[in-house]
Amino acid sequence: MRKVAIIGIGQTKVGEHWSLGIRDLALQASLAALRDANLEKVDALYVGNMMSGEITGQEHLGALVADALGLRGVEAMKIEAACASGSAALRVGTLAVASGMADLVLVVGVEKMLDTSGRETTSALAMAADAEYEVSQGVSFVALNALLMRRYMHEYGWKREDFANFAVVAHENAMNNPNAMFHLRITPEKYAKAPMIATPVGLLDASPVSDGAAAVVLAPADYARTLSPAPVLIRASAVATAPVAVHDRKDPLALEAARLSARKAYEAAGVGPEAIDFFELHDAFTIMSALSLEAAGFAERGRGVALAVEGEITRTGRIPIATMGGLKARGHPVGATGMYQVVEAALQLRGLAGANQIPNARLGMTQNIGGSGATIITHILERMV
Amino acid sequence: MIEKVADNWRLRGQRYRLEGEVCPHCGAVIFPPRDICPECGKPAKEPKPLSGRGEVYSFSTVYSPPEGFEAYVPYTVALVKLEEGPMVTAQLTDVAPDEVEIGMKVEMVTRKLRARGEEGTIIYGYKFRPML
Repeated sequence: MRKVAIIGIGQTKVGEHWSLGIRDLALQASLAALRDANLEKVDALYVGNMMSGEITGQEHLGALVADALGLRGVEAMKIEAACASGSAALRVGTLAVASGMADLVLVVGVEKMLDTSGRETTSALAMAADAEYEVSQGVSFVALNALLMRRYMHEYGWKREDFANFAVVAHENAMNNPNAMFHLRITPEKYAKAPMIATPVGLLDASPVSDGAAAVVLAPADYARTLSPAPVLIRASAVATAPVAVHDRKDPLALEAARLSARKAYEAAGVGPEAIDFFELHDAFTIMSALSLEAAGFAERGRGVALAVEGEITRTGRIPIATMGGLKARGHPVGATGMYQVVEAALQLRGLAGANQIPNARLGMTQNIGGSGATIITHILERMV
Repeated sequence: MIEKVADNWRLRGQRYRLEGEVCPHCGAVIFPPRDICPECGKPAKEPKPLSGRGEVYSFSTVYSPPEGFEAYVPYTVALVKLEEGPMVTAQLTDVAPDEVEIGMKVEMVTRKLRARGEEGTIIYGYKFRPML
């Protein structure tokens, strides 16, 4: 197997793009990544996307985006794994380059969520859950996270306000990210007063629905340096799964797929959590941040929230998370989110994160969660120069 | 999403009778049925109706529902740990949201889950109420 590197990155601003369709968004991010890599052609294109069919009436994004990019005849496919679709596409691209089946691969994650009403988007998101045994009962995606959060608070004795810092820190970090959806500081008081979506999950526990696209260009690491002045090595790429329905998991608070994918990634990279300089985790909900930190080995069981309470998740803390705003404040265009995480990690590792730069960042980890924890994809990235 | 009659008809055993399975190899009780035992990985196709008794493992009151549930807001959903072992996701009924607590004993009842407009199919299924 060959080692794989990222030689180009691109992203659109996350937000409400009334004037851009799903094809336009994918095109913008892809062109930016190709320009960054100083390339016009690639061997293959993988598009990460969750809900284009349901929301925009458009499937078949592989051929659609390839055509828009003028990549006539190229191999192209859409990859879907709910909210982990972006990372899933990166995983497939990585496999293609690592195996030698392709040399230059473009991966783009894209999602359009704001042309429809909130209710329609809520229903489309719920398709990541078990249709027959969860969604049929009126359980929204938020409600599934709420069930986990309530149980977590019950078992470990945390209060709602203990989760506030996950949102406060994400919003603070987004202030310096020009591509973030929100440039709005929030306070623990504001968090406490936010209206409930599904108790105990309030508006400020949840990431926003968003439009956006982010892309990378992959190449064999052996000659990445000849193609890019600042390539980033993919040290590890690991996928793990768990039952789609929360009720089918033996231990719903364990986030087993996160633990498995993190362990596989650590083994592949030959490092442990103590070597990771920052962690772009999947803060779709504050409870997911806590569970992800625990499953990835940054906190003991039931202690993930303590890292937020004690300020260890800030840019100067023990394990900085959501360094460019995370899902909470950069925004969560679901199928693009995994690619935003990777693009932001690459910015950190290139030293181009501006005011949010983590000093001397060498190893960064991303973790992208599909559904309420059924598909979890972890990547470890390393600075090459 | 397209509402299909067959989708609901296929699930009648589970929706109306909480019909699960028991594993002939390790004795594990399985709900929903899946034909392969999640405990030992062997085939498990022996039907077993469940008692419908259990307790609340966690719950949430929903204020922002998916399509089709607008008329019921606010409603409370729960993870119910059944006394035979499996966990099930269902709405709670006959109880005010602020009276629900973790550990509360509940039992299954058959109720209307949802109706799609005036002309649409009416879907019935299990909900849970405080044990009488």
